[in-house]
Amino acid sequence: MDQVIQQLERSQMRMDIPDFRPGDTIKVHSIVREGQRQRIQVFEGVVIRRRGAGIHETVTVRKISYAVGVEKIFPLHSPMVQKIEVVRLGKVRRAKLYYLRALRGKSARIKEKRVWEIKK
Amino acid sequence: MSIILLGRKIGMTQIFDGGGNLVPVTVLKLGPCKVLRHKRADGKDGYNAVVLGFEEIAPRKVIKPVAGQFAKLGTEPMKVVKEIRVEEEEFEKYPVGEDVTLQLFNRGDKVDVIGWSKGRGYQGVMKRHGFHGAPASHGAHEYKRHGGSIGNAEFPGRVVKGRKMAGQMGNERVTVLNLKVDALVPRQNLMLVKGAVPGARGGLVMVRKAVKVKKRKVRGFAAAAK
Repeated sequence: MDQVIQQLERSQMRMDIPDFRPGDTIKVHSIVREGQRQRIQVFEGVVIRRRGAGIHETVTVRKISYAVGVEKIFPLHSPMVQKIEVVRLGKVRRAKLYYLRALRGKSARIKEKRVWEIKK
Repeated sequence: MSIILLGRKIGMTQIFDGGGNLVPVTVLKLGPCKVLRHKRADGKDGYNAVVLGFEEIAPRKVIKPVAGQFAKLGTEPMKVVKEIRVEEEEFEKYPVGEDVTLQLFNRGDKVDVIGWSKGRGYQGVMKRHGFHGAPASHGAHEYKRHGGSIGNAEFPGRVVKGRKMAGQMGNERVTVLNLKVDALVPRQNLMLVKGAVPGARGGLVMVRKAVKVKKRKVRGFAAAAK
């Protein structure tokens, strides 16, 4: 890619996005505009996919809402994403967790990844 | 005709606008273009034009007759030289020896971008004009990508002019009208234009202020009041 374009894209990218992977549970605080008003909507769910690179990167978050599976795709670097919080780290063996769509309840759980903090 | 700025297409990307929408943009590097000389209607040339040069080139890469032209103008040789027809009053805005930059344009302006489309070579009628070809089955034979009949027999007894047929596709001058200027980076001579622009990356483009901006039609009561 051309350096000029890379530079342009980098200037638009956000640096405040935490590290997270597919399988992790995150909370996405997004700005929702309703006419004149705007408010913040929190969407909490499992990351089933991260795709794209640089400014084009998106994340797909899945949750079960009133027994219906809901997926939302967020452009990671969008100014409409106010904040992303990592709630829980998941232990998974694939990059794309599409198999979760076919699963319900107990079998759709993801094992938590244990992280040992190194004490200094 | 207003001035046209020369530049290169750098490529496409996306940017977020103020409302959080992802906007597809083409990045253009425009100018600076040097005004090499004026052509005047009342002079030897017989018409009004500004001659612009774009991108300096090493003198050793220029053939002697061309080098002589630039020596006469007293400038470095330029890779691209284009004449732009202007009105007589515009000459003073672009004095000889000065640079024309993208300062001409503002964010939100509508511009026309002229480029040279990617060459696709000699192409058949399906690719070039979107014909549907012929059925592949029911005994069809050696006719799948043909265009069918090109006319009648005794009347008119010839093929009508403008008939779409196979031939060279692409590598022609294409103008895209009314693209919006999404952002300008004067420091790097960059212009971000919403949408696509003809040509390959690194291809020559020319940008002018939009010439066919739609004026809002005044209808009904307001029109009557006028």
